[in-house]
Amino acid sequence: MKSSENSNECFEILISNYEDIILARQKVKSFMQKTGFSVLAQTRIVTAVSELARNIVVHAGQGKMSAYQITKKRNRPGLKCVFKDQGPGISNIDEAMKEGFSTSNSLGLGLSGARKLCNEFHIESAEKKGTTISIVEWL
Amino acid sequence: MGEVTILNIGNNIIVPVQTELHDEDARQLQTDILKKIENTGAKGLLIDVSAVSIIDSFLGRLLVETSKMARLMGTETVLVGMKKEVVLTLIQLGLQMKNLHTALNIEDGLALLEKMITGPSLSRRKDEKFRK
Ligand SMILES: Nc1ncnc2c1ncn2[C@@H]1O[C@H](COP(=O)(O)OP(=O)(O)OP(=O)(O)O)[C@@H](O)[C@H]1O
Ligand SMILES: [Mg+2]
Repeated sequence: MKSSENSNECFEILISNYEDIILARQKVKSFMQKTGFSVLAQTRIVTAVSELARNIVVHAGQGKMSAYQITKKRNRPGLKCVFKDQGPGISNIDEAMKEGFSTSNSLGLGLSGARKLCNEFHIESAEKKGTTISIVEWL
Repeated sequence: MGEVTILNIGNNIIVPVQTELHDEDARQLQTDILKKIENTGAKGLLIDVSAVSIIDSFLGRLLVETSKMARLMGTETVLVGMKKEVVLTLIQLGLQMKNLHTALNIEDGLALLEKMITGPSLSRRKDEKFRK
């Protein structure tokens, strides 16, 4: 966390099945509605949440999403969502981030798409240790 | 998560998706739609997603696949009611919805289906007239 940001944890959701993906989407959506994000921002971020939560279910089996209300200088509010799992991890992050790359014979749009849909995207992963991805959207 | 109603009206099947579908619901819906096509021999399939707030890569791909499968069964598909935010997000995500016909609302969608279903035979008729 950058020193210029303050953060407040709002909620945490354990993610292990398809219904948890919907729950994560709904909670993020209602948080963004309350905070005053535009419908377009809500749609973009909830779509990114859906992709990243599904990656946990499909590729790691289980993990969690933590959501934080953050503020920048001059009190600009933002939302940060952290997706953390202790699954197999990603050996080559550059490759995994490429549009069209998939180890599960899928479209390979999840990671590359999620990055394009939010203001900030950060990924850390180590083989056999797990993956942590954070996304940020500023109001 | 609720069941999705599948309506059969005239030659068409109409599917108003009213809830957010999780992945298994969406797969089940695809199966149910194909069964309904098989049972009714419907010529047109209209899927209304105006109540759906997001379409991610999974649902997007499933919709495209459903329309391809329907076509193999002799049924044309039109997707209606995509919100503009959903369209913008799909484009940004990089999902190609090629070959999937879309319309603004149910009314336009039904008109498009009608054209798609009767279109080729009409032009054939025109050809015949032309030959005479
Ligand atoms: N949480 C994760 N744990 C382990 N590997 C992951 C994780 N998330 C993504 N990956 C790896 O990165 C690849 C790319 O992910 P991405 O979401 O872009 O594509 P996908 O999930 O394979 O397909 P799509 O999301 O389009 O259905 C995956 O195939 C997988 O190998
Ligand atoms: Mg994915």
